[in-house]
Amino acid sequence: MVQFSLPANSKVTKGKVFAAPAGAKRIKKFQVYRWNPDTPEVTPKIDTYEVDLDSCGPMVLDGLIKIKGEIDTTLTFRRSCREGVCGSCAMNIDGTNTLACTKAIDDVKGDVVKVYPLPHMPVVKDLVPDLTVAYKQYASIKPWLQSNSPSPAGKERLQSHEQRAELDGLWECILCFCCSTSCPSYWWNGDKYLGPAVLLQAYRWLADSRDEATSARLDELEDPFKLYRCHTIMNCTKTCPKGLNPAKAIGQIKQMIVSRKHG
Amino acid sequence: MPMSSSPRDLGSAKSGSHHWLAQRVSALALIVLSLWLVANLLGLVFTPFGNYVYWLKNPINAVGLILFFAASFYHSALGLQTIIEDYIHRACIRWAVLLLVQGLTVLLAVGSIFSVIFVALK
Repeated sequence: MVQFSLPANSKVTKGKVFAAPAGAKRIKKFQVYRWNPDTPEVTPKIDTYEVDLDSCGPMVLDGLIKIKGEIDTTLTFRRSCREGVCGSCAMNIDGTNTLACTKAIDDVKGDVVKVYPLPHMPVVKDLVPDLTVAYKQYASIKPWLQSNSPSPAGKERLQSHEQRAELDGLWECILCFCCSTSCPSYWWNGDKYLGPAVLLQAYRWLADSRDEATSARLDELEDPFKLYRCHTIMNCTKTCPKGLNPAKAIGQIKQMIVSRKHG
Repeated sequence: MPMSSSPRDLGSAKSGSHHWLAQRVSALALIVLSLWLVANLLGLVFTPFGNYVYWLKNPINAVGLILFFAASFYHSALGLQTIIEDYIHRACIRWAVLLLVQGLTVLLAVGSIFSVIFVALK
């Protein structure tokens, strides 16, 4: 059965509180999920860091970097580009999966910013989720151009403006997995259901006029679990930090499969 | 059957689109049939039992009601299958519950349709 409550050693308890320095005027409390694989018997904690916003950048990632740099060096998280194109700092902020680097601290209402790792993934440490399965699922859809016909000698394969426009709303995906980890269907059956991020990528290649493996791709996708665990819950589209619509892409895959059989 | 832990090794079952399409087509049929049924029943509530029997003896109404039962039990069988596959992960329990629920649905469908024919032709 689906597990509706956390195992005993995963129950989250209160952790340490790091008070703001004296004289700080604009304080925001960061409540951050902490778990250390070196002490697996210790349950996960929520540590509270009081951050002085007057000496902090505007984004949640700025807050986390300030905490790591000035308050608690043991805090662990992934980050790289700090401008929403690498997808490294995907995490659950204020109850929504998003990128810490593009989420403004001021957009979180109240004086508490809750920061958790992406939901329902194994945790490597603190805010770092284990994405091994998700990456393998991505590899399984063969995310590259497949073509048997030779490309024009010494030239690239051309597309019309219209053909190129078919890829808009798809190529922008940065594979942060905010959508997949927001999807209840992926939570319950993430070992078999490919999830919205990977299915949007699958459609990105189905929609590419230069790709010649459409039927093989559709064959691989038609499966009660890989594709049809999508029940159009729409969490994916609601949470996507890039404003993309994975649910629509999945709907288009389903339509392609049906129209291939029934015209 | 033990499945590989690597998603890369999991081939496609090459099915699922029929289930998906059938769910949608039966839903469309149910919209039409439910509206028809409710409109008819509204004229019958608070009237004597004999009026219902008389209504059912009209072949159009009997056929409509049979179609309604067929569509609703087919649609619920498909939907319940999805829910069971979503939430019950241990294969032996999943198969047992699937057989039980689908069996019950068939029983109810056949029972309902037989009742309609029985009353309509009596």
